[in-house]
Amino acid sequence: MATLSRADVEHVAHLARLGLTEVELNTFESQLNHILDQYEILTELLTDHIAPTAQTIELENILREDVVRPSLPVEAVLANAPARDGDFIVVPAILDER
Amino acid sequence: MSDLTRLHAHDMTVLLRSGEVSAHELAEAHLAAAERDNHALHAWLTIERPRALEESNAADAQFRVARSEGESALRRLPALLGIPVALKDLVSVAGGQCTAGSRILEGYRAPYDAHITERLREAGAIILGKTNMDEFAMGSSTEHSAFGPTANPWALDRVPGGSSGGSAVAVAAYHAPLSIGTDTGGSIRQPAALCGIVGMKPTYGRVSRYGIVAFASSLDQVGPFARDARDAGALLHAVAGRDDRDSTSSPVAVPDSLLALPANDGDAAAMLKGKRLGMPREYFVAGMEPGVETRVREAVARLEAAGAKVDEVSLPHTDYGLATYYIVAPAEASANLARYDGIRYGLQRRDGDVLANYLATRGSGFGAEVKRRIMLGTYALSAGYYDAYYLKAQKVRTLIKGDFDALWAQGFDALVAPTSATVAFPLGARMDDPVAMYLSDACTLPVNMAGLPGVSIPCGLSEGLPVGLQLIGAPWSEAELLVLARGYEAITADADWRSLEPAELARAANPATPAPGARAA
Repeated sequence: MATLSRADVEHVAHLARLGLTEVELNTFESQLNHILDQYEILTELLTDHIAPTAQTIELENILREDVVRPSLPVEAVLANAPARDGDFIVVPAILDER
Repeated sequence: MSDLTRLHAHDMTVLLRSGEVSAHELAEAHLAAAERDNHALHAWLTIERPRALEESNAADAQFRVARSEGESALRRLPALLGIPVALKDLVSVAGGQCTAGSRILEGYRAPYDAHITERLREAGAIILGKTNMDEFAMGSSTEHSAFGPTANPWALDRVPGGSSGGSAVAVAAYHAPLSIGTDTGGSIRQPAALCGIVGMKPTYGRVSRYGIVAFASSLDQVGPFARDARDAGALLHAVAGRDDRDSTSSPVAVPDSLLALPANDGDAAAMLKGKRLGMPREYFVAGMEPGVETRVREAVARLEAAGAKVDEVSLPHTDYGLATYYIVAPAEASANLARYDGIRYGLQRRDGDVLANYLATRGSGFGAEVKRRIMLGTYALSAGYYDAYYLKAQKVRTLIKGDFDALWAQGFDALVAPTSATVAFPLGARMDDPVAMYLSDACTLPVNMAGLPGVSIPCGLSEGLPVGLQLIGAPWSEAELLVLARGYEAITADADWRSLEPAELARAANPATPAPGARAA
């Protein structure tokens, strides 16, 4: 299987939206490669004709009645927002102003 | 009554109904023990004294009314009325903190009750507080808590196991007769083994996960800790069952036999006769401590002597479990933890634009192990690697599940195995080597991969530290597993180790004893 380069580690950190320090990037480069080495054992198994298992219980297409039910109060939900304005959560601008 | 904290919940229930003990007295005794020991054990992140006492007073009022109305009114009281319980700090309690052991959720207040919190309230249980855990349940020692480690009451310089280490210690150290944990790869069974108590991971889907902070959604299950099988059955019965808010919770009926485990040792021992038990040879592996192997083999021999039929069996894909688990669980975790964006709740760090805020919030809010798992999972799911890692692991998962299915088809009632290859290890021993820490779960994680129920029960000591015997069953066989657990309790009721309490309770109670974090450093 693959080996992670330093650039790969930085790329994965970006995909995961994790701001990592130089020290963390160095540590993870060696640790993640050591862990990936442990995954190598799986190549011993031929699995071409094996179906993947995503879940273990035999429940499918669980639907609920299409009825209106009370949701959580807006105040209860917004109480945890780090920054809010009335019933809105404040976020930095995503689009540039024109 | 000498010390109320030594009682089992089923004993408390009898005394509460007769009026010999009040719920207030029970809550007070347990709160006092938790508060007295917490500097040294650090099992609790919050202890909710005023609310617990208020709820216990309300329970006492219910008992008084019922006693005045007579026997039938007493029988109608909820099953756990007045019984103290501890919750792992990833179970939502409306208005309370729910950190999941993480800085990123520091200050967050749950806006609603988890399903199991509602069920525990209906059952009348008194929630004493929230317990310490590895951050987002990722770990096997509780050392990955952002709020500092928990110590094992059997040896304060050792870990309690994890990730539900606080809940295990709360029960082992007599701060509560019952507690709730979650188990994704062994996080209930392994700390139960290392702390010398009973801990059960139910069948996937048995207990609703609504209101539980998610780690790996196809593996996570909620389950009980207790000091005997009967109490574990009662707590599971209280929280199990279908909930419309978790579409993976099952409509399979929750058996009342969970409440009917025999009290009498003779009856319990007799139920072992004729049981077919498999002993998977792959679980007795190199690296297993000789003392652990001796205790587990002795336990199996005792079961055999009591009339169970034991055969050595094979689970041929066991060795692939660790790699499979450490692909699937981090992959699911990386998706679940994407929600911590610093916008809607929890920690927020501002560092410029939206992207900079994400990087700063997540970079400073998550601890090292959580970041490691997010990195692993993100990589395993990323373009070009999905087939080699995630899809491959899902296929091997099929093979691992198939190993177990083959044994159920042969008519085995349960499998017997060690819970952990080692006793509790020293604080700090595995912190610098993630793979060594991951290996702590080698005997428990295949059970999660296959969605099966498993329970760890104490089976003696090795070098003065508890050893756990793991019983693994077919889907929905929790009651049958607890019958076996209860039978084993009965046939070992006279064993010397049964009467031993954790060796360092007195040191834990001493105000001069330093915190676990200070010892680890």
